[in-house]
Amino acid sequence: MSLQHFMKNAISEWMRVKGPQSDIVFSSRIRIARNLAGLPFPTLSTASQAEEVIRMVYEAWKKDPSVSSLKKAAFIRMSELTPLEKRVLVEKHLISPQLAEESPNGAVLLSQDESISIMINEEDHIRIQCLFPGLQLEKAWEMASQIDDWLEKHFVFAFDDQCGYLTSCPTNLGTGIRASVMVHLPALAMTQQLPRLLPVITQVGLAVRGIYGEGSEALGQLYQISNQVTLGQSEEEIIDKLQSVVKQIIEHEINARRRILAQSGIELEDRVYRSYGTLSHSRIIDSKEAMQRLSDVRLGVDLNLMKDVSASVMNELMVLIQPGFLQQYAGQRLDPEERDIRRAKLIRERLLLESQENPSSEV
Amino acid sequence: MLCPECGKRPATIHYTKIVNGNKTEQYLCEVCAHEKGEMPNLESGFSFQKLLSSFLNFDPSFSEHDSRPAMKGQTLRCPTCGMTYNQFGKFGRFGCSDCYVTFRTHLEPMLRRIHGHTTHCGKIPERTKGELKLRRRLEQLKEKLAHKVQAEEFEEAAKIRDQIRALQEQLEK
Repeated sequence: MSLQHFMKNAISEWMRVKGPQSDIVFSSRIRIARNLAGLPFPTLSTASQAEEVIRMVYEAWKKDPSVSSLKKAAFIRMSELTPLEKRVLVEKHLISPQLAEESPNGAVLLSQDESISIMINEEDHIRIQCLFPGLQLEKAWEMASQIDDWLEKHFVFAFDDQCGYLTSCPTNLGTGIRASVMVHLPALAMTQQLPRLLPVITQVGLAVRGIYGEGSEALGQLYQISNQVTLGQSEEEIIDKLQSVVKQIIEHEINARRRILAQSGIELEDRVYRSYGTLSHSRIIDSKEAMQRLSDVRLGVDLNLMKDVSASVMNELMVLIQPGFLQQYAGQRLDPEERDIRRAKLIRERLLLESQENPSSEV
Repeated sequence: MLCPECGKRPATIHYTKIVNGNKTEQYLCEVCAHEKGEMPNLESGFSFQKLLSSFLNFDPSFSEHDSRPAMKGQTLRCPTCGMTYNQFGKFGRFGCSDCYVTFRTHLEPMLRRIHGHTTHCGKIPERTKGELKLRRRLEQLKEKLAHKVQAEEFEEAAKIRDQIRALQEQLEK
């Protein structure tokens, strides 16, 4: 399969299906870390050792593509990609920033629908990632575990009776699992409950991050919530715990949405439409503002305040307006000022197309 | 300066707010800032990895001047990949799977700090599953044997010893 397939569309195939609770939970992700026994971890491995890992995974996949969703997949080496192409894959959450930027011997096996990526030579030899729409952590774990079983038929993983799966960083030791959900919490943000809520989440052993993971800023009221502990609890326990906390957060968000709607419905509607106005008319817009406005409109769509825009267009735009994608789309490198102009144009055109497809719209 | 809001505590928080292009600067104490909801959410921008290296240096003394005589003057070094514990402390990453064996004694307090646990209880690779079960059973039997010997129940102990031998043979195969 060609690389173009992954570069062209902002929306991955798996995102087109509506998942449970998708008005608040955009996606669920499971990532598991594995290392091959008898080889140093990627941080210390030589180029030839790294190459051996790549070769082993590649051959296992060629010889025995028994996981059906991996039959049609692409095997891509980081060295084959331009910095811009890598950035696009990061913006689509298909590879990690670390694989793109710090792993010269990195590679990825990417399923056609983009829901599965197996990263090679990142921090660990193998990292299996499964993405599902909405709140579906169990399903994502099932899939990740199935891929793990398949790989295990071909390799011996570094495993210790007491420590479990051995990982380069002890924060991943044991299960090697990182379960996370991307949640959209605009109403909790508007009612200023987030500064109280987020520290509580960290207190129960979960981590809250911005949309592009560690160290990234929370843009457009999107937050990634994930487990921190990987040792001493089973994968199911870890997922259960995260799921139950996320369900409580969903409930809080729903209540906050209801309250805003009841107490200041017209103000909310005003905000949603003003943001829509900005998106559909501005000539210069930076990504931070664009994400905030998209968040407002998305909330309006989810609350039925706005019927002429679909939620999926908002999802698409949230990826499309990221710097890497924008430049890929333009076919050239752009400086930040040019990007802001292009971004505004792209959003205008996309929204215009949407309103033509929905003639009932009243703008 | 004292906090202008309460006039009691020192104003330790200084922030600049820009609303519709109007810039306002304010000094507040932590308590008043919290009350006014002006405290930035520090947690979200905080990197766990950065925290980790401070975790790892929980006992910087041990590798350089360990009090145990056998360790004195020696730096603990992984025989497989050559990584020292000090390097690990700076790096936050182990070099190979044998590091977990080399640094095992220092691992436990660290794992307790990170995870609150020290023993894996999740998924087990299919191929080690059977063997692991046998080894766990073996450990249980050895413990039982020690108890029986201590209680001077030698007949029972002999039975357990035979079971242990059988298990060991099975494991060696």
